Amino acid sequence: MTFEEYVPGAADDHEPATMADMLTVAGNAAAVAPVGAAPILEVDKLRMYFPVKSPGLLRRTVGHVQAVDGVSFQVVEGGSLGLVGESGCGKSTTGRLITRLYTPTSGAIRFQGEDIAHAKARQLKPLRRDIQMIFQDPYTSLNPRHTVGAIIGAPLAIHKILPKKQILPRVQELLEIVGLNPEHYNRYPHEFSGGQRQRIGIARSLTLQPKLLVADEPVSALDVSIQAQVVNLLQDIQREFGVAFLFIAHDLAVVRHFCPEVAVMYLGKIVEIGDRDSIYNNAHHPYTQALLSAVPDVRQAATGGRRERIRLEGDVPSPIDPPSGCRFRTRCPIAQEICARHEPPLLQIGQRHKVACHFPGRLGEAPREPLTSGLLGVDREGRPDPGASPSTDLVEQPGFADTWFDLDKKTIGRV
Amino acid sequence: MTTTVSNLESEGLPDPTGHPDEMDRGKVEGKSPTRLAIERFRKDRLSMVSFIIVALYILGGILAPFLVKFGLLDPTSYHQDLLNEFTLPEGPLGGISWKHPLGVEPGTGRDVMSRVWLGTTLSLTIALIASLLAMAIGTVLGIIAGFTGGLTDGVIGRLIDLTLSFPSTLMLLALSAPMYALLTKNFHVPEGDLAWATYVVVFLAIFGWPPIARLIRGQVLSIREREFVHAATLFGASRFRMYFKEILPNLWAPLLVSFTLLLPAYISAEAALSYLGVSIKPPTPTLGNVLRDSLNYAEFDFVYFFSPAFAIALIVVCFNLLGDGLRDALDPKSNR
Ligand SMILES: Nc1ncnc2c1ncn2[C@@H]1O[C@H](COP(=O)(O)OP(=O)(O)OP(=O)(O)O)[C@@H](O)[C@H]1O
Ligand code: SF4
Ligand SMILES: [Mg+2]
Repeated sequence: MTFEEYVPGAADDHEPATMADMLTVAGNAAAVAPVGAAPILEVDKLRMYFPVKSPGLLRRTVGHVQAVDGVSFQVVEGGSLGLVGESGCGKSTTGRLITRLYTPTSGAIRFQGEDIAHAKARQLKPLRRDIQMIFQDPYTSLNPRHTVGAIIGAPLAIHKILPKKQILPRVQELLEIVGLNPEHYNRYPHEFSGGQRQRIGIARSLTLQPKLLVADEPVSALDVSIQAQVVNLLQDIQREFGVAFLFIAHDLAVVRHFCPEVAVMYLGKIVEIGDRDSIYNNAHHPYTQALLSAVPDVRQAATGGRRERIRLEGDVPSPIDPPSGCRFRTRCPIAQEICARHEPPLLQIGQRHKVACHFPGRLGEAPREPLTSGLLGVDREGRPDPGASPSTDLVEQPGFADTWFDLDKKTIGRV
Repeated sequence: MTTTVSNLESEGLPDPTGHPDEMDRGKVEGKSPTRLAIERFRKDRLSMVSFIIVALYILGGILAPFLVKFGLLDPTSYHQDLLNEFTLPEGPLGGISWKHPLGVEPGTGRDVMSRVWLGTTLSLTIALIASLLAMAIGTVLGIIAGFTGGLTDGVIGRLIDLTLSFPSTLMLLALSAPMYALLTKNFHVPEGDLAWATYVVVFLAIFGWPPIARLIRGQVLSIREREFVHAATLFGASRFRMYFKEILPNLWAPLLVSFTLLLPAYISAEAALSYLGVSIKPPTPTLGNVLRDSLNYAEFDFVYFFSPAFAIALIVVCFNLLGDGLRDALDPKSNR
């Protein structure tokens, strides 16, 4: 819903039922992408493999958790990208790599053009001011032994940004920005509710005036009625301070209003990425379609008139030993032989839309033949095809190219 | 601070910016974990009684030197006139009287209560300093091992194993003479009581820290996964800040419990060492050397025989009960 479609008073007739409804009640229009902004963050083939050690004295490495496996995306200045996927797909790990709580196994993290993926502690210190994080759990993200004032003021004291005397006024200002009583600075976290604690965490993340905020499921621990308030607060902050966001969530409903662009992750990989319209109205990956069917008010459009929810069979496979080929194939309703043999490349199929599937298509309109066989130089079953030569320019890039393969017209699309 | 608003005052005021539904919830959740722990502790009779006895001991321990100074306690004067021809106290029950509530010592006629009381002070002081030292070493090494992990953790882990595998009591006995010499000659510790006390304190601390370090390491392993630690890393907290400002304040509950359990262990240990003659030497009274003398009179003077033993047993048991009570109150899930 855009601002024009919002009818004042219309929402008063009924109780707000969904996230989207409540956001509109509060009067915040859906965020739009800043036009022509430069990328502030570029993530390029980022990998994080956690070693799995054998128990006992020797502690040999017996395997790796492939938590994040070759993820590429961009966040533009003042923009926001939603990162969505089920539990355990590597969202938090991605967020912690970008904030450099973890050092990646490989890949690049370019922040304002500079690769910080392997920066040392000393080089990181100035960077810490620019990239901050909002955490998922308001009950463990605040030190229970510190007052709110100490929590919010700590970054200022550590970076020696303000003289001691000016810290308290700044803390109170920040409390006011996030909608808390500025006189409550000397209270302890346990004196606040979950939603208020999350506001305190948000205030802390703002103290250093960051340029990029990684919000790791900032509302999923909160009551539904409070979720909308906190999302609205984040939206106000983004508008007021022009902070770029990487907004992590486990369903597509929460990020819908907030993020003009959304990436969908499954088992350490991005399976579909695109602008709001491409994802919510034109999803081409079966996993995205399944996630969309769980969002009440887009279900109808996304599932082509069918109302039922698409239920995925089985559990998410272990990231220690992921399935061969396409990682989604064990649960995919339209999987075929080629899916087990080859990993589908992330193909650009629209101006701002990429998908990683051998059979991309709107729900119920998936092509019969794998669209990728020619590119990979294989036949329709995925066996090597002597007649075909694999394409050499399948290299994934963080952003979008100027040309793409238009699936509907079967032609090359251009800007 | 001039703008301080007490909790009581601001509680009643309507909140100009807060959200009404959230404010109500905040009040329900408002009891701090510490408050809840104190409430649980108060309900536990046995722990409260132990707490009171421990408090009395500590108060008495602090008062003793002053009472000696003002002549109300006198642990050194001989009262030969109160002894009979076998040098046992005259009268029933070891010569109990108003002047000597626990009677007098056989052989010398010194006041038993004075000796036990002052002995308690000295023994408690030694145990207290030794446990604080052991706690400090154990806490710092435990935090570093748990937080840093990797090689550092491995090295500290081996150091713990090594320390625990030493035959500490035998070493304590064997090293007493050379260490006493070293302390007095090279470190210029005054000869006599102070040098012996130093030796015992250092020795107890050096062999007492490993269990503390293990416990703290385990706690830190779980604390460092909490998001506030990540937050502290992100705003650029130094190692020092991380260890002592972010993590340490979250450890006071296990620290308090292990302290109240380590202290009685050290009281017993110090008594045993005095008994073996490697702590402060007579005539200065400690619980251990009063006990050593009293054990000779099991048949002839049971008031004297029991007094120091009872003083030790009571404080050790009460400290242990207090420690258990604190553990239950602070961590209700750990009910054994
Ligand atoms: N420090 C670590 N060591 C080993 N494995 C890890 C570590 N952190 C995460 N993992 C594993 O990596 C995978 C991805 O975890 P991650 O926390 O990134 O998932 P997530 O998408 O954030 O899930 P959730 O929605 O539950 O927060 C999981 O299988 C997890 O077990
Ligand atoms: S590549 Fe195959 S298994 Fe993977 S999503 Fe597409 S159809 Fe399903
Ligand atoms: Mg997570």
